[in-house]
Amino acid sequence: MISLTVNEQTHEVDAPPDTPLLWVLRDVLGLTGTKFGCGRALCGACTVHLNGTPIRSCTMPLAAVGAGQITTIEGASGKAIEAIKQAWIDLNVPQCGYCQSGQIMSASALLTHNAKPTDADIDAAMAGNICRCATYARIRAALHQAAATLEG
Amino acid sequence: MNAIANAGRRTFLKTGVALGAGLTLGFYLPTGIMRRAVGNESTSSFAPNAFLRIAPDNTITVLIKHLEMGQGVYTGLPMLVAEELEADWQQIKVESAPADAKLYGNLAWGGSAQGTGGSTSLANSWEQLRLAGATAREMLIAAAAAQWSVDASSLRAEQGYVIDSDNHRKASFGELAAQASTLSPPQDVTLKPPKDWKVIGKSLPRKDSQAKSTGKAQFAIDIRLPSMLTALVARPPRFGASVKSFDATQAEAVPGVKTVVQIPQGVAVVAENFWAAKKGRDALKVEWDGGETVSTEDLRRHYIELADSPGLPAANVGDAEQALASAENKLEAIFEFPYLAHASMEPLCCVVDWQDQHCDIWAGSQLQTLDQAIAASILGLKPEQVNIHTLFAGGSFGRHANPTADYIAEGAAVAKATRSLKAPIRLLWTREDDIQGGYYRPQYVHHLVGALDGDGKPLLWRQRIVGQSILSGTPFESMMVKEGIDMTSVEGASNLAYAIPNLRVELRSPKSGVPVLWWRSVGHTHTGFATEVFIDELATAARQDPVAYRRELLSQRPRHQGVLELAAAKAGWGTPLPKGRGRGIAVHESFNSFVAEVAEVTVQADGSFTVDRVVCAVDCGYAINPDVIKAQMEGGIGFGLAAALSGRITLKDGVVQQSNFHDYPVLRINQMPSIEVYIVPSEANPTGVGEPGVPPIAPAVANALFAATGKRIRRLPIDPNDLKV
Ligand code: FES
Ligand code: FES
Repeated sequence: MISLTVNEQTHEVDAPPDTPLLWVLRDVLGLTGTKFGCGRALCGACTVHLNGTPIRSCTMPLAAVGAGQITTIEGASGKAIEAIKQAWIDLNVPQCGYCQSGQIMSASALLTHNAKPTDADIDAAMAGNICRCATYARIRAALHQAAATLEG
Repeated sequence: MNAIANAGRRTFLKTGVALGAGLTLGFYLPTGIMRRAVGNESTSSFAPNAFLRIAPDNTITVLIKHLEMGQGVYTGLPMLVAEELEADWQQIKVESAPADAKLYGNLAWGGSAQGTGGSTSLANSWEQLRLAGATAREMLIAAAAAQWSVDASSLRAEQGYVIDSDNHRKASFGELAAQASTLSPPQDVTLKPPKDWKVIGKSLPRKDSQAKSTGKAQFAIDIRLPSMLTALVARPPRFGASVKSFDATQAEAVPGVKTVVQIPQGVAVVAENFWAAKKGRDALKVEWDGGETVSTEDLRRHYIELADSPGLPAANVGDAEQALASAENKLEAIFEFPYLAHASMEPLCCVVDWQDQHCDIWAGSQLQTLDQAIAASILGLKPEQVNIHTLFAGGSFGRHANPTADYIAEGAAVAKATRSLKAPIRLLWTREDDIQGGYYRPQYVHHLVGALDGDGKPLLWRQRIVGQSILSGTPFESMMVKEGIDMTSVEGASNLAYAIPNLRVELRSPKSGVPVLWWRSVGHTHTGFATEVFIDELATAARQDPVAYRRELLSQRPRHQGVLELAAAKAGWGTPLPKGRGRGIAVHESFNSFVAEVAEVTVQADGSFTVDRVVCAVDCGYAINPDVIKAQMEGGIGFGLAAALSGRITLKDGVVQQSNFHDYPVLRINQMPSIEVYIVPSEANPTGVGEPGVPPIAPAVANALFAATGKRIRRLPIDPNDLKV
């Protein structure tokens, strides 16, 4: 049994220590909002927060999480994430939608550290998140809108 | 648009089936199917047809027979119903329809199979769903008229209510549902004229944005059933190879692995969860026999050689050979295109729950009735015993529309081989499985020869296309392969829009063991490039402006011209750009929609370049939801750009050389240009937008690179080495 804190809840997880966090979230805890896209830290579909920092859960072994606080799309809360979700909905960002949990988790980490990102900041922070539907133009626009909302 | 009377409508409005107790469930539906289609949850629901259900709580559910894979059918299609029904957009919910060819066949394909593709969803539904809404509206009005004992003509429907303004009263659709369900449908309904439209033409918000922005949208990979097991399949390293022997000792020793079974497609490791299945598959030892040993480099040489001699005629106007014999101002070019993987973000997945005489399958199913039939035959069931639950697909781009139903067949095969476990099976592919698993856009070579007359106009155009047929040997062959010509190999070239007196397009379709499939915009992915770069080459040879040259040759093609002019004007065509920058244009019709794109690029001395800006003009008939159209153009441009910049699958001795996003790169946000999309106002019937944004982008970029550097790009993906000064 390995203890794991996800969305402020601690679980005793019965899984081999080398199990990637992604598959603990999805197959053990049933948190399927975090997606599997590549399994090799190449696409960002599996992005979650570890103590507020975005990580690729597909290559993070369960044992390495330790006492770290994991936040997934299901548990993410706060002003930044709310503003981002709303901007995503307002601008109809998602197409197939599959990458968007990961996009939103990366985006919220960006806004938390940089309240007014430029296009170049956005490109730098979001380049690890692939959207095969290429919703990138709207991701940029939605991030600007969310930043404006937060500025109030 | 007035009352429509045609055979299609008559079938649609066949009279009612009363089911005792005063409840009429619908008209034209066998009862069993009706129950499956519209559910059974409330006897006072009103389900006037297979597309629509109105509940007493005032929710309206529109059943969508098409797959939502990002293209927006869960939004565009309900808008058609809402328009005629006079419903409030907020009260409309969307549900996926079950697999049923009779009810939900794709009319654009002759109606015999259910499926999504060829950008046909709107064209198919344009009349069908508006009639569905109009019929229900008339029945709701009739119900209110009966209740209030007034003449139906004194009532009107608006925003989810039937309104009696003479007597200042109204009733919601939900309140009228029970009574409406007892009525017979009208024999004739009148569709609203365009001037009265309130919904069509509005950028209403997507119905799926909320779920997809909160992690709540459900894909096949998210289905979890009690005691469900996960299967990963070890497939041969060479296409077509078979299992010689396998040793499962170490795989079975992995904790969580339940069993290892051979299936026709390979060897499946079945485990309690993904990670155990993955480790089990890594530990599995399989010896393979035979298989395709082709190398793409050899194929390339072979195809270039084949393009030297004539193929089967796909288009023949005038006499190109004769014109060629006497032509003076000749141009010749070879274009090369690699295999491409779809690489949708959601790896292929299905969940198969087989219980004796019944099987449920959850998948982002794109050819539902074919998937259903293939799964049924594997399991020894009748098709109607297989219930397909169509979920959101995490992209498809054609990959889910596989005539062999490959991943569904694998799921069914594993379910069969593990029957004794009595567990639902989740069949999952990894990214490596996806990139190496075949069903690629075929590799092609085009050999073009052209010549100009004394005025610089094209005198002749001969185009030889060499590449595998996508459709031969599939159920689509009889429909789309005519006299040896696979339409999907030549579309976009055989119907070249430019006025050229001597045109000949030929096709050679060599066979190979590499499985191929349609890939977003299909034949247009390569014909659009070859034709739009070559016409640019002819314009250059004629010393004419690329837009002016196209304009003149398109004088009989007003819709091509419309998008050409709009894109050029919005892009500021003709205004000077600084050194190192260039502007290029391409215009192409696909799936009855017309798109022109202008690309602006910046090129460095070492040949590296960026695509900075794209201006797109589209004519897709009535713009039902302009924002969805714009999104599809943006996405199509990004998708086509990925192929232009880096898309390439290569094989060596039959083994695929790429495996994941590091060596099969797709577009990332830092490569996304700024995009402007303009829609040409049109009163033509609506046509698709999922694919037509793709074809023009690669040639527009190549033409822009030429404008910036004077170097022609004739091979995809673009190699910056070809642009070095
Ligand atoms: S699934 Fe983790 S980065 Fe792709
Ligand atoms: S919305 Fe489809 S992959 Fe991003």
